[in-house]
Parts: sequence; structure tokens; C-alpha cells
Amino acid sequence: MLDKNGIAKRIAREVRDGYYVNLGIGIPTLVANFVRDDIQVEFQSENGVLGMGPFPFEGEEDADIINAGKQTITTLPGASFFDSALSFAMIRGQHVDLTILGAMEVADNGDIANWKIPGKMVKGMGGAMDLVASADNIIVAMMHTNKAGKSKLLKSCTLPLTGVQCVRKIVTNLAVMEVTKDGFLLLERAPGVSVDQIREATEGRLVIPDEVPEMPI
Amino acid sequence: MILKTVANVREALDGIEDEMTLMLGGFGLCGIPENAIAELVRRNVKGLTCISNNAGVDDFGLGLLLQKRQIRKMISSYVGENDEFERQMLSGELEVELTPQGTLAEKCRAAQAGIPAFFTPAGYGTEVAEGKETREFHGKMYVMERAYEADFAFVKAWKGDEAGNLIFRGTARNFNPCMCGAARITVAEVEELVPAGELPPNQIHVPGIFVKRIFQGSNYEKRIEQRTVRTK
Repeated sequence: MLDKNGIAKRIAREVRDGYYVNLGIGIPTLVANFVRDDIQVEFQSENGVLGMGPFPFEGEEDADIINAGKQTITTLPGASFFDSALSFAMIRGQHVDLTILGAMEVADNGDIANWKIPGKMVKGMGGAMDLVASADNIIVAMMHTNKAGKSKLLKSCTLPLTGVQCVRKIVTNLAVMEVTKDGFLLLERAPGVSVDQIREATEGRLVIPDEVPEMPI
Repeated sequence: MILKTVANVREALDGIEDEMTLMLGGFGLCGIPENAIAELVRRNVKGLTCISNNAGVDDFGLGLLLQKRQIRKMISSYVGENDEFERQMLSGELEVELTPQGTLAEKCRAAQAGIPAFFTPAGYGTEVAEGKETREFHGKMYVMERAYEADFAFVKAWKGDEAGNLIFRGTARNFNPCMCGAARITVAEVEELVPAGELPPNQIHVPGIFVKRIFQGSNYEKRIEQRTVRTK
């Protein structure tokens, strides 16, 4: 079974040379730490920066340079700043190659819910609806089950949707899956996790091939 | 040259009234019009509708207007960082319209560009699209969204000149350029106001035609919301 860093590490393998990548808050942010350093990748943050670098050294924080999580950041050579309309032109216009984000629920048709729990304080969708509606390549990073032990991979989402039929791939603490017309296609198992464990933790339709290799981590 | 300078923030907010709709630039506390917000608090205008990506924190940014119950309705994409906001929203004192971030930016830009409405894929199939026209283009579904209509836009830039030309710094740019010229009156406050001719025309982010009034701001706090660092 993987921890959050393990999930991020596995997703980092999906990041290819020449990709522009938008990372959501939470596990997706960790992906930046594991991307191979022999490939060229630029991270976009929807508040208006391409070419995001690591956090600044203490004393070098700049109030004018933050990411979408409102954290102080730095920029790398080749970086650029732009306004919010242009930022979402990059996103909606599918110029960003890969979007990695977290979710509360994913349905086996690719629907995603990650912004609102009825009865709880609703903070808002931020840029998530724009990202999921537009991106060609969306990977969801999340735990396979919620804190109550219930599956987050469902036949259909119970929470208000963020987007419909948009998720392409899901990496959880248990497995890597691809969304197909027949449901979640099981591609890989996490180290030490059996197919039965994954089947048990998945409520939506799960397609299990004859061979399900262990993840290369 | 057409002069856009006004003497101070008081003059810059001339004509502001209760029940108006305002656009305010900024992302979190980054690039917010601190001086205009302070003046709105001083004038104690009430019943405002505020279009702004976020709603500040309890004791800064738009949180200052919330404290004094000056805002009737917030139009934002994300409002998570403010306890007073949550209290007013849950008690029904404050109306909230949550809008996808890219749609919010484009609704400003459309107003700026004289485009009454546009189609976006964001929110299709979700509650955001309820009651809105949808249409298929090239096999994909889109939602029609309308341009905002606002009385004032308050933006903050790094440098500006007497002609109203603006230059922004870092991610403090965010929604500010999209809001310029998107309301009846655009008020720009700047950290550094210079005579016309000093800013290189090639470097201008927003041309002065979109700005009605510009003034030299003061006492910028530029508060950091999440101070994250690494060790050497």
C-alpha cells in the first residue's frame, strides 16, 4: 500500500518530457518533488505563473509571487507571469498537457466530485471546474477509500459533480486504473496489495485483466 | 495625452453609493486594492455586491468590509479562508454566488471587450449550469455565461503613469487586468505613479484607455497568506 508520497511518486512517472502540467492542492503538489530531472517540464499555477520553482529560502519570500494555494514560491528560468483570463485560456484551450488533481469521488464513467459536501461549509470550486472540463489528460490522485472506509471509486458520484466524463486515470494508495467505457480498468497494483483487496475497495465496475502487475516504483 | 490622475483615494472613489456592484482585483491577498478597500470601509457604503476571486481573511482584504457588514452578495470562486464570511453565509446574511475561476475571469474580460456572453465547457453537467443555456459545438457541450455588469472596478498595479497605463508585478497581476474597463468606472491604485513617458510603451500590460482614475497608493501591507519556505 502506498502513502501520499508513494502516490505522488507513481504519478510523476506519467509526466513526460515537454509537458506543461497543472498541479492541484494536496497530493498533486507533491508530484513536483518526484519528476525526473533529465526531462523538461513546466508547472503552471492558475493564478498566473508558468515555470514555477520550489519554495523560496527563508527571508526571500515575495508577497507578489505565490501559487494557487496562496503559498510563496519561486520561478525558474523561462518562467512567465500572466493574468487570470490568459491563464484559463491556456487551460481551456488545452495548451496545458496534464492536469493532476485530488477528488472526493470518481465514478466509473469518469465523473468527478471534489468541491462540495452538502451540509458542510462550501469553500468553492476555484479553478477545478475549468480544469476538469477542458483538460485532455486528467489524472486523479486520491486514497482508494474515505476515512469511514467507504470506496471513493463509485458507480455514480453521490456528491455534487465538478465535471462529467472527464477523468482519464486514477492513482490511489492501492492501484492505478484507467477509465474505460466498461468501467475502471485495473492496470497496476500497489506493492503488497492483492487484486482481491482492490476489488473489495472498489464500488464501481472494475475490469480485471488476467495479469495485473505490481507498480514500478 | 489624457490625464487620469486624481489627488487621492477619496477623490478616486467619488460617486460610490450603497447597493453598487464592484469588481475587486486580487488572488487571495496578492494584488488586492488595499487603499480602495480602506476607503470603502471609511465611507461605510452598504449593500454592496462584490465580484472578487476570494473574500479576504478575517482582518484583511475584503474581510474588512465583511466585518462591517457592508457586503450583501459575494461573487467568487473560492472563499475558504474567512470565519466571519462563513458565519454570515450560514446565517443567511450574506448571499454567495460561486463561479468557476476561469469563468469568473472571462466574465470580466467579456465585459471589458464588449462581449455580452460566451460559451465555456466549465461547469457543464454540474449545478453551476442549472438554468443556463447549453449548446454543443464540435461534439462537446458548453454552458452560456454572461458578461458581468459592474459600477466600479478597483484594481492594483505595481507601476502606473499619469495616462493610466499599468504594469503589474509577479502573480499580483491575476484578475486585475481583466477587470480594467470592465466596469463603468475603473480605479487603479499603484505602488509607484510616474509621469507619462517614463514607462516604456513596450512594457505596458494595460493601456490607459481602460483606466478612468489612477492614484498613488500608500502604506501597502502586502500580507502573505501562506508563508512557505525551504531551508538552505
